[in-house]
Amino acid sequence: MKRFRFPHFLALILGLAFLYIPILVLIVYSFNASRLVTVWGGFSLRWYAALFNNQPLMDAAWLSLRIALVSASVATLLGTLAALALARFGRFTGRTWLAGMIAAPLVMPEVIIGLALLLLFVGLEAGRGFWTIAIAHVTLSTCFATVVIQSRLVTFDRSLEEAAEDLGAPPWRAFLAITLPIIAPAIAAAWMLAFTLSLDDLVLASFASGPGATTLPMRLYSAVRLGVTPEVNAASTILIALVALIVVSASLMVKKNLLDTRR
Amino acid sequence: MAKKSLGNIRRSFAPWTDPAAKPLVTFERVTKRFGAVSAVEDLSLAIHAGEFFALLGPSGCGKTTLMRMLAGFETPDSGRILLDGVDLAGIPPHRRPTNMMFQSYALFPHMSVEANIAFGLRQEGMAKADIAARVAEMLALARLEGFAKRRPDQLSGGQRQRVALARALAKRPKVLLLDEPLGALDRKLREETQYELMDLQSELGMTFLMVTHDQDEAMVMADRIAVMERGRIAQVAPPEEIYEKPASRYVAEFVGDINIFEGAIAAIAGDIITVESPVCGTILLDEEDVSLPAGARVFVAVRPEKIVISHDEPALSANKVSGEVWDIGYLGDYTMVQVKIGGEGGPLIKVALANHARRAERPIAWEDQVWLSWEIEAGILLGGEA
Ligand SMILES: Nc1ncnc2c1ncn2[C@@H]1O[C@H](COP(=O)(O)OP(=O)(O)OP(=O)(O)O)[C@@H](O)[C@H]1O
Ligand SMILES: [Mg+2]
Repeated sequence: MKRFRFPHFLALILGLAFLYIPILVLIVYSFNASRLVTVWGGFSLRWYAALFNNQPLMDAAWLSLRIALVSASVATLLGTLAALALARFGRFTGRTWLAGMIAAPLVMPEVIIGLALLLLFVGLEAGRGFWTIAIAHVTLSTCFATVVIQSRLVTFDRSLEEAAEDLGAPPWRAFLAITLPIIAPAIAAAWMLAFTLSLDDLVLASFASGPGATTLPMRLYSAVRLGVTPEVNAASTILIALVALIVVSASLMVKKNLLDTRR
Repeated sequence: MAKKSLGNIRRSFAPWTDPAAKPLVTFERVTKRFGAVSAVEDLSLAIHAGEFFALLGPSGCGKTTLMRMLAGFETPDSGRILLDGVDLAGIPPHRRPTNMMFQSYALFPHMSVEANIAFGLRQEGMAKADIAARVAEMLALARLEGFAKRRPDQLSGGQRQRVALARALAKRPKVLLLDEPLGALDRKLREETQYELMDLQSELGMTFLMVTHDQDEAMVMADRIAVMERGRIAQVAPPEEIYEKPASRYVAEFVGDINIFEGAIAAIAGDIITVESPVCGTILLDEEDVSLPAGARVFVAVRPEKIVISHDEPALSANKVSGEVWDIGYLGDYTMVQVKIGGEGGPLIKVALANHARRAERPIAWEDQVWLSWEIEAGILLGGEA
């Protein structure tokens, strides 16, 4: 057993390094005083300052944030409803279809979803911009939200709701007073997942956006094609920090919620 | 079996014997099917106000389903359920004057003990001060005073059970439904709680409908027991009647230990019936109103504690049989002796010997040749159906 410890450890380090060294380099160089991306010129926050003076980049960040807020909220609402339908209403006609249709976008290439949406928007002659990107993000993240919430609902004890009704609460109040608070952490986790999915999406946004509506990932991507600037590093670092924060808190919530159910 | 009598000396209360009494709950020819399974089949039942009524039966016989129909969680396929003369059809669970204590307790995990108990009262729109007073009263009743602020996961199993009971009692329902209320408790706590529940029920004068598959529990606690068999009622009667006068072989075998002898009626002389049995010869019984003709195939049931065991042949003309002691099982308050009749491969008869009375005569030992006998009153005549 002991003999294998060291190689295992090494493999772990190499694996983590493979995954995280590029990100680490990016973060380190965002604090680089030098303009040259590959030469270390001492610690500085100048690129963060420059970032906040870069109006197009700030506009893009603001747009991304708004889209993420809207699409995450809508996706969580739809996901909750879909999860309730799947977990509660037993074997209604079309249940298999609904379940399949909801799971499909999880594995469907994003390019295809993007293309399909683009064709739809063009066909409808919808002006592309904020709303079309938000809708595109809702289509993708609703599936993720549904899966997260449904997995919580299958372990939810129905007799809790029945007990509430038995004690005189009409079904809607039993849901609001009992079910919702208990599954709230899963709903919050679903919202956060949807939020990060929207925040860092490039593919769908590229298809669904129109002139004048450029999200942060799109802006960064186009900036990089003109050459990586330390400013882009700074923007990416902030994005990574935000996403990491959300993902960690979401997973903590799911974990806590799971522990609660096991008790 | 020694416990049996305790449940019945409580009070003389028997509204079901009064034909003019109006029952509180009535099931009228209720049927409920789940697909091909019929969980409750053409069942009629009347429960009176103030009764402690137990539904007893093996797993899957429809006890929970019957209770859930009264609470409103299942709808009967046919038949009616009346409460206080009102047909409950179409009334949703939250508007029925019944409360249920769930088998799993179903305590709200995100609420304190206090909030759990207050939940039902808040739904009624009761004034804050009244709620506080009622909750305090319920906490005292359930001996949970120190636990008001705790959450259910910070309680022991017995405490949770009491919270569930307090929550269901808080609204003072017309009928309290208890689905295996003591199922999750260990034996000692269970016996304590049985008496607590009985005291509580007679104190509050409430009607309790309890589901159980533990016959001792039903015997100790209930005023009347309904023994269920595959969605139907096999017998409804007070515990001693269920035990002493089972209506069928099913009931006799379900409640307590029993010896069953097959035979045929040889003669009927007034109340005295003579049955000829291949295993133990002539059996005499004292039974009123026997509608069976002479020659009918019947079963005679005799409880193990009613059989007397001796080394010498008793001076009786019937109700006796000899055999060999096959097994002796010590069970604390009594010893169960199994006697083999007619040598290898023959049937076994169970005899219960109370241990408080140590016999002066030579003790029973393995492989002794012994005589078994019983009084005329001990035999129970059961119809000849399978
Ligand atoms: N929701 C349901 N769907 C399908 N079948 C059901 C449902 N509820 C109960 N049944 C069936 O109805 C029958 C009676 O069930 P019920 O729960 O009333 O039994 P029970 O007497 O309470 O048994 P136990 O002592 O095991 O709790 C069983 O055969 C059960 O499988
Ligand atoms: Mg049950």
